[in-house]
Amino acid sequence: MTDDSAAIRNRLAWQCRRGMRELDELLNGFMARGYAGLGEGEREAFVRLLEYPDSVLLECLIGRMVPADKDVAHIVRAIRHTTAP
Amino acid sequence: MHIPNRRFDTLIIGAGGGGLRAALQLSSADAHVAVVSKVFPTRSHTVAAQGGVNAALANVRPDNWHWHMFDTVKGSDYLGDQDAIEYMCRAAPQAVYELEHFGVPFSRLDDGRIYQRQFGGQSMNFGGEQAARTCAAADRTGHAILHSLYQQNIRAKTHFFDEFFAIDLIRDAEGCLLGALVMEIASGELLLIQAKTTLLATGGAGQLFRTNTNALINTGDGMAMALRAGIPLQDMEFFQFHPTGIAGKGMLITEGARGEGGYLVNAEGARFMERYAAHAKDLASRDVVSRAIATEIREGRGCGEHRDHVLLKLDHLGTETVHKRLPAVCDMVGTFLGTDPAETPIPVAPTAHYTMGGIPTNRFAQVIIPEQQGPEEPVPGLYAAGECACVSVHGANRLGGNSLLDILVFGRAAANHIVDFLKENRYHRPLPDDAVEQGMARLARWEQKGEGESVDTLRTELALVMEENCGVFRTEEVLSAGLDKVTALAGRLADVRLRDHSAVFNTARIEALELENLMDVALATVASALQRQESRGAHSRIDYPERDDVHWLKHSLYDRTTRTVDYKPVRTKPITVNSFPPKERVY
Repeated sequence: MTDDSAAIRNRLAWQCRRGMRELDELLNGFMARGYAGLGEGEREAFVRLLEYPDSVLLECLIGRMVPADKDVAHIVRAIRHTTAP
Repeated sequence: MHIPNRRFDTLIIGAGGGGLRAALQLSSADAHVAVVSKVFPTRSHTVAAQGGVNAALANVRPDNWHWHMFDTVKGSDYLGDQDAIEYMCRAAPQAVYELEHFGVPFSRLDDGRIYQRQFGGQSMNFGGEQAARTCAAADRTGHAILHSLYQQNIRAKTHFFDEFFAIDLIRDAEGCLLGALVMEIASGELLLIQAKTTLLATGGAGQLFRTNTNALINTGDGMAMALRAGIPLQDMEFFQFHPTGIAGKGMLITEGARGEGGYLVNAEGARFMERYAAHAKDLASRDVVSRAIATEIREGRGCGEHRDHVLLKLDHLGTETVHKRLPAVCDMVGTFLGTDPAETPIPVAPTAHYTMGGIPTNRFAQVIIPEQQGPEEPVPGLYAAGECACVSVHGANRLGGNSLLDILVFGRAAANHIVDFLKENRYHRPLPDDAVEQGMARLARWEQKGEGESVDTLRTELALVMEENCGVFRTEEVLSAGLDKVTALAGRLADVRLRDHSAVFNTARIEALELENLMDVALATVASALQRQESRGAHSRIDYPERDDVHWLKHSLYDRTTRTVDYKPVRTKPITVNSFPPKERVY
């Protein structure tokens, strides 16, 4: 990993620090196990997802809401799949 | 090394509900306010509060602030300071109406008034029938409050330092607070924020425990900064465990599940809460239910392969009811357990939830410390509010719906006192030559290179020790071993090394600083728990099963330098009404 990509990854990891335990679990789990396998477009969609307010993010990640942005919806499915019990 | 310096009237560390409520009051009074937050403000832990805000509005059932006060004193197991509790309960309706004016969309009754729901520990007429006192914005009350307050602060031109981490407070030789040394996480650059007044509003320390409901950000930063500035922590042995966390994971299953008719069963399928709280049963206060679950597990009536949890049953309510009334619970359980609670009972166990103890303050939110054998004295210029503070309105146990109230009432109270303080203290005090020495030494330590233990290893061990040795059930033996273990872990901190010493977004460094904070708070918690030889509220000692008002109706104060615990009296005299004398707490 280059210094730049490490910094980007660290920045994203910090964006995954949220106000809720549930979001920490899902987002940090995905950063650890799913993020590295994303393509460039998927990473951009992940960044867009992280801009959602916490309560909306939770609604999406626990399956109560589907984002209108199809690429973000794809990332939501990937997070749910990666972190499923 | 040159460190840039910015000057403000008030520095607020923490951008949850308490910090933002104070900031809004101050900015609206034309004070020059800086808010430092390690995450973007609307990602603060207040966002997670689903339940609501208690206020005796009497919109659904008869109510008044005095009944609310009684419930809070009783809920605190009589350790709460009754002057602060009276102040909070009287201020509650106004706090709710102010939120309404700030834009919080409270749920409504058909006639337009604010809807109020029932929560555990609420009563009418001083211990009578169940009251309905909690105002909520659906199941997003914390979110609604946080976003409304943030937007109001933007309007009021509060200055935000987003993603800045506070390293240490700055105090001069006279003990006055002058601000703090902070670090921008993105760049690793330092900034000295000089302020005439500083408010700590950094939230709790749930990350002390392995199984907890708290966000990762809740690492007791403000409490640890206070300790390092020579301020003791009060009542740290009182940590609330929410009775119904998803077993093995910690996520909270709301009390609303029991409010809708859910109940707990043990491995024998028996409704055991009837034996612990004959009247309130499954809606007894959190410490009572947590202890009951822990007792069932300890006595071999736990469920599952490891007999380490009980079951929360909702399946008797019917699929339609469960899905309609508790959709969030269904989705949560589906996501984290892969089951449907309308069909399968939820495995639950107590999960660390709320820090009742914290930085000692009076009801004006001034941080107060004991003076040599004399009365308590405020630390000039320093305030604390919310979960990081101990005012103490929650005493030994917090009631549901009182935490959002606490941050709103005492965030506002802090701001009101600060406005008066600023009128009398118009100029910044000079910075001492060694203003940033302590903070710089703290940072320099993490620049050491070479082989050593990892931050993750120590943090994982600490959380496990705290869970096993300072959890729901406590004995002399368990706590003594806990203190030894945490002390040993604190000793090993010196051997921990960072591998990444880069400046830009070095989150490993931030996590190391958080670990230091957790370690100090852990020592305070386990040392205070070991000393208190009684069971009161959330602090339950098997070897001292009774509350002992003769010897222990007092607040503990943990001092970091000497690692000792001292005590001070509970303020049992309210402001205008008669005291509620200690009685047996029966639900």
